[in-house]
Amino acid sequence: MSKDKFIIAKKNFKSRLIVGTGKYKNMKECAIAINLSGADIVTVAVRRVNIIDKKKPLLMDYIDPKKITYLPNTAGCFNSKDALRTLRLAREIGGWKLVKLEVLGDKKNLFPEMIETLKSTEILTKEGFQVMVYCNDDPLMAKRLENSGACAIMPLAAPIGSGLGILNQTNIKIIRSQTKLPLIIDAGLGQASDATIAMELGCDGVLVNTAIAKAKKPFDMALAFRNAVIAGRQSYLAGRINKSIMGERSSPKKGII
Amino acid sequence: MKKKIKIKIKLNGKTKNVDKNSKLSNIIKNFKIPLKKVAIELNEEIVDKKKLNKISLKTNDKIEIVHFIGGG
Repeated sequence: MSKDKFIIAKKNFKSRLIVGTGKYKNMKECAIAINLSGADIVTVAVRRVNIIDKKKPLLMDYIDPKKITYLPNTAGCFNSKDALRTLRLAREIGGWKLVKLEVLGDKKNLFPEMIETLKSTEILTKEGFQVMVYCNDDPLMAKRLENSGACAIMPLAAPIGSGLGILNQTNIKIIRSQTKLPLIIDAGLGQASDATIAMELGCDGVLVNTAIAKAKKPFDMALAFRNAVIAGRQSYLAGRINKSIMGERSSPKKGII
Repeated sequence: MKKKIKIKIKLNGKTKNVDKNSKLSNIIKNFKIPLKKVAIELNEEIVDKKKLNKISLKTNDKIEIVHFIGGG
């Protein structure tokens, strides 16, 4: 396992679990959960500074961007213009080039607007960004994103925050078979075993937010996801047995009394 | 003493009255937030943080100051 590297945009990361920093009760809870998860990449949102409450705690006071890679995200953007604006601002904060592009198309199901996503990927790549792209689980669109310069493909398991787990495992397998880019399941996982399944399908990593932040015990769930991702990766690399509709005995027939 | 003329600007979506010819750097200083933790836009154009004290504000200028918060 020591040679099993997780590389995104030529950078090596320790953990295959990426976690979101939203929906926690407070920043302290978020910071502890991230620490327990073992993640070394976290997604963050770009928002207005609170001009009324100037003493509001800052994310950077709790999660050190020198120790944990901040992955600026365009969550909440519904068109290319807003997404580009958000990521250009993110880059301005401190030179972030590795970003997560997420352009949503529907306020209820939060599915990605793929035409705007594709357009944004092309522009951002030309501007020197390394773009990890949230997308639907369509192999054809995943290919187009790859051809447009995406540095990682991030198909949804299910709608964001739904906790439904991977709805279309076949599509994820097809996407896996066609790309050498990092493939990261993003959105829709509900419990640790969903992450294991994603890894066993051959994904390079998973991105989880709600399933940890909104679990009854977020710290325990952060640990569970950490272990689940490791287990899933080990299982994938170990190579599963073939499936059979008939039984195959585990003990030898020879010497039966 | 000559009374200072006020102008209206928009700061993070909220209308503010500031002195005419106020420098952008003065507005930012009010927040006591380190510059390296924010990005600043003036009328939808990103501002070079090194040049804040050279930018004088005009009526109806729209300033956006953003930073990172928790998100998925």
